[in-house]
Formats: sequence, structure tokens, C-alpha cells
Amino acid sequence: MAKIIVVTSGKGGVGKTTSSAAIATGLALAGHKTVVIDFDVGLRNLDLIMGCERRVVYDFVNVINKEATLNQALIKDKRTNNLYILPASQTRDKDALTMEGVQKVLDDLSKDYDFIICDSPAGIEQGAQMALYFADEAIVVTNPEVSSVRDSDRILGILQSKSMRAEKGQSVKEHLLLTRYNPERVATAEMLSVADVEEILAVPLLGVIPESEAVLKASNQGAPVILDTESNAGKAYSDAVKRLLGEEVPHRFLDVEKKGFFKRLLGGK
Amino acid sequence: MGIFDYLLKKGKPNTAAVAKERLQIIVAHERRKRSQPDYLPMMQQEILEVIRKYVHIADDDVSVQLENSEDCSVLELNITLPEK
Repeated sequence: MAKIIVVTSGKGGVGKTTSSAAIATGLALAGHKTVVIDFDVGLRNLDLIMGCERRVVYDFVNVINKEATLNQALIKDKRTNNLYILPASQTRDKDALTMEGVQKVLDDLSKDYDFIICDSPAGIEQGAQMALYFADEAIVVTNPEVSSVRDSDRILGILQSKSMRAEKGQSVKEHLLLTRYNPERVATAEMLSVADVEEILAVPLLGVIPESEAVLKASNQGAPVILDTESNAGKAYSDAVKRLLGEEVPHRFLDVEKKGFFKRLLGGK
Repeated sequence: MGIFDYLLKKGKPNTAAVAKERLQIIVAHERRKRSQPDYLPMMQQEILEVIRKYVHIADDDVSVQLENSEDCSVLELNITLPEK
């Protein structure tokens, strides 16, 4: 039985797909057979972030409509063993995903995989609700910024009332992933701190990903940022994956990096 | 951050604290609304209509709130009647 984890946020552009790609890759690197599904029907992008956009033949909706088998649609990652991608469809039909269809695909995947990562679309419409409905756990991606925090709270409310587990009286295990964190701006009181966001949302912290140039570089190349093991963002994602697997790892990159006296004086980065 | 930034920073307001305070208020408000049953707004509307048969009151003169404590729920109905 696979563990189904939804990566969601409510707000767009906070790093859901970047995080889905990084976390799925991290889980596969740790030896777990993992599949990452793009639920953003009509605005497929996970394939680009994973660097497999030219290998997409069939997609999620084709499988649901029985136009292709699951094995035909799944793309095996070229860099990482144990990792598969199920791309979203580019159809403009909003109702392309059906509850029964999604459930069947997840049930079938569940037999062969350890983890199923569901990359949710932004918003709280049908696509986002479908992505979170079957989840055992949820990673709520949040930026330290007012609209993102508010939308995260909104999506937490939906997880607690409209997911399958909630309907059965069970709970979805929630994780907070704070992304685009800038310790310098937190130090000057221009940005909400980790503690602030934790206090408002009251969800256990899975990780803090520092704002990093490595994220854009990674998406330019179509390689999940977790593979950039030199970068702070890559390291922070690796830590988050370890925590997801139950390991206790101290949080890093929360404070301003100590700079030399001259660098500080001159304002160098 | 260079020496000039330090000089310029003096007296800058703490905007993160403002953000936190605003968020705490709005999130608490929205959570309260969320925990209420779906029928509440409609019930409020109907109560309003019944009262309006007898006295003239504005939309916001009736407030309906459901408070859930450990072992009981209290439905609080607050109607402000116009002064004579």
C-alpha cells in the first residue's frame, strides 16, 4: 500500500511543483518506489520541472478515459531510479478528472509504489479538491507572506472537512513547508519568521527552504533542485525528505549567514 | 548589508509584526466561519424575514453564532431592535 501525499497551497506560484519534484526525487533517492502525479489539468508543468517534457506521450486523462494503460502513460525518470512521472493532460475540459477515475488510478498505483505524490493545482476548485481528496498526508507549501499564509489556512480547512479521511472521521497528517524564506529580511523585520507562520497556522514544520538562485537554475535545466546538493535549497529539501521519513533533523538556513567584516561593511552578498 | 543600509534602516517600521497581527485576526475570523454549519447563513436570513414582518430592522441587526464547547453547542441569537 502506497502512502498518498498531496502537495498543496491554495495560492499559486509558491513552489508546489518545485517541491513535488524535489520531494518525489528525494524519496526515490532514499530507495522508495515513488510516482509523482501532475493534477494541474490544462496547465501541465511538472514535466518541465522534471525535465521529461519531450517524453510525454499519454497522460493522466488518457488513463482515466482508458485511451492508454497506466504503464504507457508513466514516464520513468532518467536520472533517478525508482521514480516515475504521470503527466497532466493539456485538455481544456475542466471536468476531465473524475472522482472514480482518479480513485482507480491511485488504487492501481498503490499496489506497486511506496509513495504517490500528488502535485495539486492552485486554487480550491475541483482539480485541487481532487488532488487532496485521497491523501493520507498533506504538505502545505507556504511563502512567508500574508496572502499565501491565509490561503494555506483555507486549504487546511478543506483538508479537514472535504478529504476522504475527514469524511471518514480520520485526519490527514499535515506538514508545513515554508519556501522562499529570506533570513536577512526576517532579521530586519520585513518578513514573517518561521515562528510567526507556525504560530498562525499551527501545523508541524516539515522544512524551511531558503530563497535560492538554485531553484531557477534547476527549473531552467529541468532537474529537480534536490539534485543540486551544493545549494542551500537542495540541502533543505533533502532534510525535509528525511523528516518526512521520520528522521529527526535540525533545521538549517534559518539565520543570516555570518559574513566577514569587510563583506559586511561593503554590503557584498 | 552594508554600512549605509544600517544608517538608513533606523526608524523603519516593523512590517512583519503588522503582517502577523493582520493574519491572526483574519485567520481566526475565517476559522470561526468555517466551523459553523452550512445552514447558518440561510437560517439567519429567514429569521431576519420573520422579524421584518413586525419591525423594520437592517441586515446586520441580527447576528447568529454557534459556539462549540466540549460537551454542548450554544446557538446565540442577537437581535437589535430599533429604538422607539
